[in-house]
Amino acid sequence: MANALRLENVTMQFGGVVSVNNLSLEVPEHQIIALIGPNGAGKTTAFNCITGVYQPTNGMIEFNGKPIVRNHPSGKSAKSYKGENADMYAKDAVLCPTPDQITGLGIARTFQNIRLWKSMTVFENVLIAKHQHADQNVFSATFRGNLSEEERMRNETMDLLVEQGLDAYKDDLAVSLPYGLQRRLEIARALATKPSLLLLDEPAAGMNPQETAELADFVRQIRDKYNLTVFLIEHHMDLVMNISDYIYVIDFGSEIARGIPKDIQNNRKVIDAYLGTVEDEE
Amino acid sequence: MKEKKISFQAFICISILLIFVIILENISMIFPSLPQIFAPTSPLFTVLKKAAVYSLVAVSMNLLNGFTGLFSLGQAGFMLLGAYTYAILTVPSAMKEQVYYLFGGCAFEFSLLDMFEGIFGSAGFGGAVSMILACLIAIILAGCVAGLFAYFIGIPVLRLKSDYLAIATLGFAEILRAIFQWQKLGKVTNGANMIKGFPTFSSFNITDASGNTVLRLSTFVPFLISALCILIIVLLIHSSYGRAFKAIRDDEVAAEAMGVSLFKHKMLSFVISSFFAGVGGALFAMYVANAQAKAFTSVMTYEILLIVVIGGIGSVSGSVIATFLYVACSEWWLRFLDSEQYVGAIKIPLLRNGFRMVVFSVVIMVIVLFFSQGIMGNREISIGALFKKRTPRAERKQ
Repeated sequence: MANALRLENVTMQFGGVVSVNNLSLEVPEHQIIALIGPNGAGKTTAFNCITGVYQPTNGMIEFNGKPIVRNHPSGKSAKSYKGENADMYAKDAVLCPTPDQITGLGIARTFQNIRLWKSMTVFENVLIAKHQHADQNVFSATFRGNLSEEERMRNETMDLLVEQGLDAYKDDLAVSLPYGLQRRLEIARALATKPSLLLLDEPAAGMNPQETAELADFVRQIRDKYNLTVFLIEHHMDLVMNISDYIYVIDFGSEIARGIPKDIQNNRKVIDAYLGTVEDEE
Repeated sequence: MKEKKISFQAFICISILLIFVIILENISMIFPSLPQIFAPTSPLFTVLKKAAVYSLVAVSMNLLNGFTGLFSLGQAGFMLLGAYTYAILTVPSAMKEQVYYLFGGCAFEFSLLDMFEGIFGSAGFGGAVSMILACLIAIILAGCVAGLFAYFIGIPVLRLKSDYLAIATLGFAEILRAIFQWQKLGKVTNGANMIKGFPTFSSFNITDASGNTVLRLSTFVPFLISALCILIIVLLIHSSYGRAFKAIRDDEVAAEAMGVSLFKHKMLSFVISSFFAGVGGALFAMYVANAQAKAFTSVMTYEILLIVVIGGIGSVSGSVIATFLYVACSEWWLRFLDSEQYVGAIKIPLLRNGFRMVVFSVVIMVIVLFFSQGIMGNREISIGALFKKRTPRAERKQ
């Protein structure tokens, strides 16, 4: 099966701290892949490297078989570089797209701490995500030469809200929604950019067990409906074990295990680093 | 369609306002017995003209500060560019010798006014057409020059955030002012001296053959141009791009992740805002009938910033209302505080030259303290609401 996303030797170093160390992973098409690890393991940093928020210090990221991000340590960072494979990409051209370009390629994401536009309504929140793919320029938009395009954007937004069951709230301020619905709105907003790969950063954070169980079905549903590949970071083990096809575990930036949920549950290293503490709590 | 209905209502409202301005301006000619306030020399019209000009600049600043969240203080600099572009392009060649006498004439012989008078003739109807065309094109070019400069300034400056952006743009405005006062450029900018002799607002008054004014349009013209420009800005704000600007203001990271290119949209907002500041600068030059770099100090930027803050950051109608109140207060309503006044034989204490500014500052402090969101916050006066029949809230929900 073809890979939607592939990370190869990705290293992200901030000063002397290596947050992501030589991380390689594969996200096959149409699967749900999870990235787990204890707090501070570098999961969100890895996401930020994929979405262009950070430029990785070294390594390559491929999307649908094409490299989209590539870098190698040079100049000052070459001297302080602590990771491996430093010269592997030295010959290749550096690729560092901005987050909006990455979104344009078809990778959408949600945020760990919800980042909705607070002064705007639910409808507008989703509508803005349609802006990038609209066929218009600033003149046609200002002087209303794009009415059919605007109409199309509004209709698509409305359809999406109906599909996500958010249409009843369309004129409410995004921040006035209950927490679970804000999460759902964020996912709806990400879907509005028409992605083929959806990155979910702790989608179940702050949810109760009931909401978490619903979320699992919801993620599967949208994957099938919009033909998506899903790559998620999560702390709720129930959720991860329930929905993931494959799991990568990282700690201190490095991969410590990979495998199907069953194997991960019984992996000694993982239990030591992470699941052991969870079991104690239960 | 809803949008069309609202645009139509807006169109009607603006037309009524403009017709009202024309009537107000000319009413003293029809009824000479009206109070002094309606005379063309009254402070009422000074205030209206200045406020019309300032409201455009305030709205353009609000587009940047209130709607895109870029805290820029370069407005006076872009106004200066606009004012000088307009002045240099429209001073008739015949006047240039006289205006630039210190520098032995102007290096820039071209004049739009002469060009159009060459085509349409300089007298009567042809003269009017050529002046309107020359002014219009010069105003648009004034905006373009300001916008172009904003583009080049924006490349390095828009990478900065919040306060740093403010300082950089403020510095840029001050540098521009210094350059325009540079003696070496005297042949173009007339050094520190003013450029005058170009068409002003009162040039638009229609006179008969003997030179008597038949129809006054000197207040109508700034209202018309400002209203048009503000309308364009409002249309922009309510378009897809306006929504993208607001997304950047609310959360840059989310906006970028949802496909809104930060650099492109910030630049767009900066250039458009500067374009209208340039147009505002040209109008300001027409209002004061001269262009002089000395007038475009940072104090002017602060004045406009104050208007934007008082009106409410993120509210176009708030900016316009605040401009009229601010200009009326500073130029007219508080004027009496500056001169000594007597009640019977007793002199009122404290009233003397400069006291106006003391009271004015206190008023502003009170406004900022007690209306920290400004007059309007980020709401708008909506034209639709004025036309709508009032229905109880409960009914409206259904």
